Amino acid sequence: MGKRVGIEVSLAIAEAAKMADVDVIAAYPITPQTHIVEHMAEIVANGDLDAEYIPVESEHSAMSACLGSSATGARTFTATAGQGLELMHEVLYVASAMRLPIVMAVANRALSSPLNVWGDQSDLMAVRDVGWIQIICENGQEAFDHTICSFRIAEDNRVLLPVMVHCDGFYLTHVVEPIEFPTQEEVTNFIPKFKYPLPLDTSKPVSMGCFAPTFIYTEAKKAQEVNILNSKKIIQEHWDAFGKAFGRYYHPVESYRTEGAKTLLLTLGSFGETAMTAVDKMRDEGKSVGLLKLRLWRPFPYQELRKAVGNAENLIVVDRALSFGGCGGPAYSEVRSALYSEKNHPKVVGFVAGLGGRDITVTEFENMVKRAPQIANTGAENEYEMFGVRE
Amino acid sequence: MKKLENELTWKDLEIGCIVTEPGSTREYRTGDWRSQRPTYDFKKCIKCGLCSIYCPEGCIGQNAEGYFQSNLFWCKGCGICSKECPTKVISMVNEEA
Repeated sequence: MGKRVGIEVSLAIAEAAKMADVDVIAAYPITPQTHIVEHMAEIVANGDLDAEYIPVESEHSAMSACLGSSATGARTFTATAGQGLELMHEVLYVASAMRLPIVMAVANRALSSPLNVWGDQSDLMAVRDVGWIQIICENGQEAFDHTICSFRIAEDNRVLLPVMVHCDGFYLTHVVEPIEFPTQEEVTNFIPKFKYPLPLDTSKPVSMGCFAPTFIYTEAKKAQEVNILNSKKIIQEHWDAFGKAFGRYYHPVESYRTEGAKTLLLTLGSFGETAMTAVDKMRDEGKSVGLLKLRLWRPFPYQELRKAVGNAENLIVVDRALSFGGCGGPAYSEVRSALYSEKNHPKVVGFVAGLGGRDITVTEFENMVKRAPQIANTGAENEYEMFGVRE
Repeated sequence: MKKLENELTWKDLEIGCIVTEPGSTREYRTGDWRSQRPTYDFKKCIKCGLCSIYCPEGCIGQNAEGYFQSNLFWCKGCGICSKECPTKVISMVNEEA
């Protein structure tokens, strides 16, 4: 067994990547970066990890360098946040389509303008469609665990996809939490060094990311889609193995006190911890309220979500991002769509809350539960509301 | 029998569409992008080879008589060779003509 350490979550993520014995880290070190890559640089400079640290000139270059290193079969890690993730955007599609098992920690932050770097999931939602496996963490331990476990998922020959490990900026990345560290031996046994099946190799040349005219592009995209859809059961397989090895079990949708609940809250990321406290309080007061936490964002866990929602009458989806002029919260839109075909689906209400790092407290989750039925009964085309906005 | 490129299904593709055969670009016909094709008046040709140097496709080589001529399997008909030829050997004509 390892030990329990009080550590800033960003540093813990870097320590996880170190324990994963990564070969290459390519990162751009300037705002809105976090301590993740700063600490990785220290680890490599101190000789505590035998790896190449490539300090590049932009986030676009960071992801491009990751493509190259991953294509040679090197275990590759990077981290970014907010605007940095946006600058990577076009290269993210290349990583997934080329099936390169890069692991990237993302500190979720607001996007300009106005300038704001605090906790927000606008960056996360903007990369929804890039073809990466996307896991959303609720606390520091999860961020540490998923950084390690994601290498095992990404490098599985049946998967071979890049993975984003999302952690709310500041709420997770900049706080000190107690985190269980496994031993190096346990981690090494869990994620042994892998061999990319078709790496860049001068003795057996291959070309990656080639030109695909109209006669083959559709087939390429179909193959990519089938691959990420099939990854869902393999992700669960590895999460189960992680649970057996380290005692913490993870699922695409986590349920908290949902037994017989008429109203369910659904959150992504660090909202979950506050919402649990709110649910405890409301349950103590005899209210029929439970909580769902969406951990796996891509591939989207349709069956698991439907099962977890069960016979609830109201479902309140709390987004920390806004799709302008569209559906309100992106998660709200997807969840509502996922339940559309169900015979007795609940009324789904969306709140967009906590933008730009604004705190959402226990009382505010209680207020959402009170407010939701009023919105649901308006019959408005989009039953969502920006929560806590001053009128 | 090897499938033609437009008969491949999504299941036939390598992971990430990796191409495992080096130099396979040579099999890809870019000549059908062409709307004009070069024609030659070799009487004026001094065999300087400037056209082959300027050709962005790299598809101009010497024929049996040593004259420089583009390979129409790859030639996209851009006309750069015609523009650069110092002795005006090359004229571009419409493909329909």
